[in-house]
Amino acid sequence: MYRYDEFDHDFVQARVAEFSDQVERRLSGEITEDQFRPLRLMNGVYLQLHAYMLRIAVPYGTLNGKQLRMLGHIARKYDKGYGHFTTRQNIQFNWPALSDIPAILADLASVEMHAIQTSGNCIRNVTADHFAGAAADEVADPRPYAEILRQWSSVHPEFSFLPRKFKIAVTGAERDRAAIQTHDIGLHLKKNAAGELGFAVYVGGGQGRTPMVARKIRDFLPEADLLSYCTAILRVYNLYGRRDNKYKARIKILVHETGVEEITRQVEAEWQELKDAELKLPEADIRAIEAYFAPPALTIRPDGDAAVKVARLDSKGFSEWLDQNVVTHRHPDYAAVTISLKAIGEVPGDASDSQMEAVADIAEKYAFDELRVSHEQNLILPHVARADLKAVYDALVDIGLATANSNLISDIISCPGLDYCALATARSIPIAQEISQRFASLERQREIGELKLKISGCINACGHHHVGHIGILGVEKKGSELYQVTLGGSADENTSVGEIIGRGFSSEEITDAIETIVDTYLGLRLNPQEIFIDAYRRVGPAPFKEALYAGEAKAA
Amino acid sequence: MKILTANRLTDGIAVWYADGGWAETVGQADLAHDKAAEDRLEAIGAKAYADNEVVDVNLIDAEVVGGVVEPLRLREKIRAAGPTIRNDLGKQAAHAA
Repeated sequence: MYRYDEFDHDFVQARVAEFSDQVERRLSGEITEDQFRPLRLMNGVYLQLHAYMLRIAVPYGTLNGKQLRMLGHIARKYDKGYGHFTTRQNIQFNWPALSDIPAILADLASVEMHAIQTSGNCIRNVTADHFAGAAADEVADPRPYAEILRQWSSVHPEFSFLPRKFKIAVTGAERDRAAIQTHDIGLHLKKNAAGELGFAVYVGGGQGRTPMVARKIRDFLPEADLLSYCTAILRVYNLYGRRDNKYKARIKILVHETGVEEITRQVEAEWQELKDAELKLPEADIRAIEAYFAPPALTIRPDGDAAVKVARLDSKGFSEWLDQNVVTHRHPDYAAVTISLKAIGEVPGDASDSQMEAVADIAEKYAFDELRVSHEQNLILPHVARADLKAVYDALVDIGLATANSNLISDIISCPGLDYCALATARSIPIAQEISQRFASLERQREIGELKLKISGCINACGHHHVGHIGILGVEKKGSELYQVTLGGSADENTSVGEIIGRGFSSEEITDAIETIVDTYLGLRLNPQEIFIDAYRRVGPAPFKEALYAGEAKAA
Repeated sequence: MKILTANRLTDGIAVWYADGGWAETVGQADLAHDKAAEDRLEAIGAKAYADNEVVDVNLIDAEVVGGVVEPLRLREKIRAAGPTIRNDLGKQAAHAA
């Protein structure tokens, strides 16, 4: 994985020193909250309902054991023994004292981590396919390009005060696991007919109160032009993006209001000025960054098939976990493992200090010291020998992280909601927990099949409800929590925004409503292979509306 | 009725104005029954903010239940108790132990 060079070390150390000084001056009263707020936000420090919150960057979701162990240490020493993995592949701590944050940042810097640009109107942590480097279906690892974007965007003087925040995602596979079409810029790494690497470029996706699917503005951008083209997009946005209204300030609104043809023309015109200048990436530089992401030396482990076969017969739990949480690796003797942070009835994305430390141990022992955070709030071991899968499973069972529910209805994305968040209008986590408990039976979940359920506690949509096959949005209505359901969203290569199905449900009704929707799907699917989203796209909302609301119409 | 709430600058912990100081629990918060009392609380909040004791200062609706002050809105109830999903965290943790 990427290792800091001297420049990175100095940069992060300098930032720790700078922010420590700012915190000290704030605590002594030398600077006011109005002066301090933008400074703390640039360093990932928010103020939430109960305390400050610190959001730490996990660039493109990649971590090693030492780093995860440090996160466990921070959870124990400075927080309340747990952390929350987020949909930007980051981690948040919910209870740090402001006075401890300099020490936390110093600890993070010692393992090449930081909290820079995890907030504010700048280019945020660049996300990537969590199976990058391991996936059997990718043309190349997208993370070297994410790293190039990280270096370019870190305290970029021109792009540190954008109209609004700016999010970039990269995938290297046809099957999009990075939700690139919901990003301000989505990059799909691919090869052209000549076998050269480049990107399909999508612009103007986003969720929040005005969800939009990104538009493709270029089918193939040569890899050398990545920075000049992104600069062109950012320049057009920085110049024409709206600063008069926070809710209309994202690039999606600019793309929508200007029209995709005109935006494309503007970007291409800007790019013509930039493309042959100093932003052109030298081949040697790309390959040098790529070398940091060289896959581990995967030795031949032909004993895997036999070991897995025996272990399957031996343990039903292992067999189920293997079917659900283990995916094909580009190397036939290996597999990529999803460690579900969605145990039945638990808080989606939360992990305790000791779980983090134990997972770090597992990664070091069995997975070439590599880990990922997925935007679906799970952890990933990207390279595990099939022969070691049973040992990994057993170790995960010991720490309560062997839930075999990846991509099933209980693998819920949920924002922190009103239990923590100052912006939230309703709680998300208790709804996730209740739904997870209602569908606790793995047999039933597997019968239902792939179903992405996503919950947000306010219109800002941190829980990605717009792109859930089933989305739930919590709002406050007349002093109570009310949950609106959307159906038909998806965040893959066929991204779509879900449609509101009808009136919302109270917190007491919502789980029943979800069950009604699921039962309706089970009753109308053509066969067990037709997953929820495919069935919904075939039949539309009518049968679900009928099932949810017909009784009311009759009663009225 | 209104009460004055904020988060303490140093650690961000939710606090309520009570009996001349900032209390870590809401139960005994000073109540404002009329506009004049609200203005008085607001002035105290503004001064504490200016003095860098607290941040995010707000006057919120409250009621008295069994002699104890309770916020009205769910958001403020959660601030006063802790996350509803973790009884071992926040103010409620003292009672859970």
